[in-house]
Amino acid sequence: MREPENISEMKQIIEAALLTAGQPLSLDDLLKLFAGRMERATLRMLLDELKQDWEDKTLDLVQVASGYRFQAKPELSAFIARLHPERQPKYSRAVMETLAIIAYRQPVTRGDIEQIRGVTVNPNVIRQLVERDWIDVVGQREVPGRPSLYATTKHFLDDLNLRSLAELPPFEDFAQSEIPLDS
Amino acid sequence: MLITTSDIKINGEALYELPHDLYIPPDALEVYLESFEGPLDLLLYLIRKNNLDILDIPMADLTVQYMQYVEKMKAIKLELAADYLLMSAMLIEIKSRMLLPKPAEIEQEDDPRAELVRRLMEYEAIKLAAQNLDDMPKVGEQFQVADAYYQHIADIKPPDVSIDELVEAWRNVLKRAKLNSHHKLGRAELSVREHMSLVLRRLQTDGMCEFSQLFDLHEGGLPKLVVNFLAILELAKEGLIKITQQAAFSPIYLQVSHAE
Repeated sequence: MREPENISEMKQIIEAALLTAGQPLSLDDLLKLFAGRMERATLRMLLDELKQDWEDKTLDLVQVASGYRFQAKPELSAFIARLHPERQPKYSRAVMETLAIIAYRQPVTRGDIEQIRGVTVNPNVIRQLVERDWIDVVGQREVPGRPSLYATTKHFLDDLNLRSLAELPPFEDFAQSEIPLDS
Repeated sequence: MLITTSDIKINGEALYELPHDLYIPPDALEVYLESFEGPLDLLLYLIRKNNLDILDIPMADLTVQYMQYVEKMKAIKLELAADYLLMSAMLIEIKSRMLLPKPAEIEQEDDPRAELVRRLMEYEAIKLAAQNLDDMPKVGEQFQVADAYYQHIADIKPPDVSIDELVEAWRNVLKRAKLNSHHKLGRAELSVREHMSLVLRRLQTDGMCEFSQLFDLHEGGLPKLVVNFLAILELAKEGLIKITQQAAFSPIYLQVSHAE
């Protein structure tokens, strides 16, 4: 095995690694490819170049919460979807509302979720989200019963193509007109 | 939460489609509630859709209806009813506080509806945020992640082994070998039948013989003694010899039995 000698060889190595990883690779992961002979700044620059190299091809190099990954260009996705005609079942409103509360108000307990939604939280709802690896328990609130505190995971951000929670639309955007209190 | 099938006038306007009211008939409940996520959701719907003044409700009717409703709910999903009942209790509380004349000294009291409105608005925002999350493109739905195949080449470094580990391994082997050692069962070259003959012959030549004399302690070891004893028992069983003893602990004598 011969260590890469020029930029284009290095880019090939990064490209092949990202294409075969099957999950996002972080900068630290990518640095391992060069066994310590790579600067972070250089790596970033190479990733930028790769991104441009692929611009008029079939895949996009994108950065998400856990790192970099290649994904099919959105305009091609609709065709690829035909390969898998069985659509994933939609999550129920209960699941999506619970997820939204956790995403925007994290870390929250079940009690917090119940307070906002006005109904008891079905354990199945939490379980579905945990199984999807979109939320997990990040601690306990120090009150009687020590309820679990839930937060969203990096995997949730990855799946929504986000780099951080800050990229979610701001919560204020969803505030609606005042409810009039005429008496 | 009030729904009746009869025509209802709200602020002088007749409503023909559900929900008309804050009451849900028990039969309609199961089907109807599925489209709502809870009392907040239902209330919000009523307010947004009908510009309904949710607090201007006939309290006595509502209470009677709710009690009937609870009775019937015992058979259905009681935990679902609880959430709606809590809301109705809250509405009734707000209503009653608004009806009471306020003493002058607590003129500053907050509008009792403010907390409910705050919760409704927070819920509404979450509801919209949830719809938004649902609409966002997701991996596996609107995004396909690249995952090309590559030939995995095993790059396994052989692990280092220290002398100590080797010694320890050898000790373990020895320990296990010890546990696995077992008795070898060789075929005894001794025949009870053969010894029966020997004893019988001896008794025939010597006549009466003392029990212990029939055992040669210096030859053949334990197996031979055992076989010899078995031979004597076998002979006695077959009635070929007679074993006698005068008293307990006195010598035992053997002799060939003679047909009587």
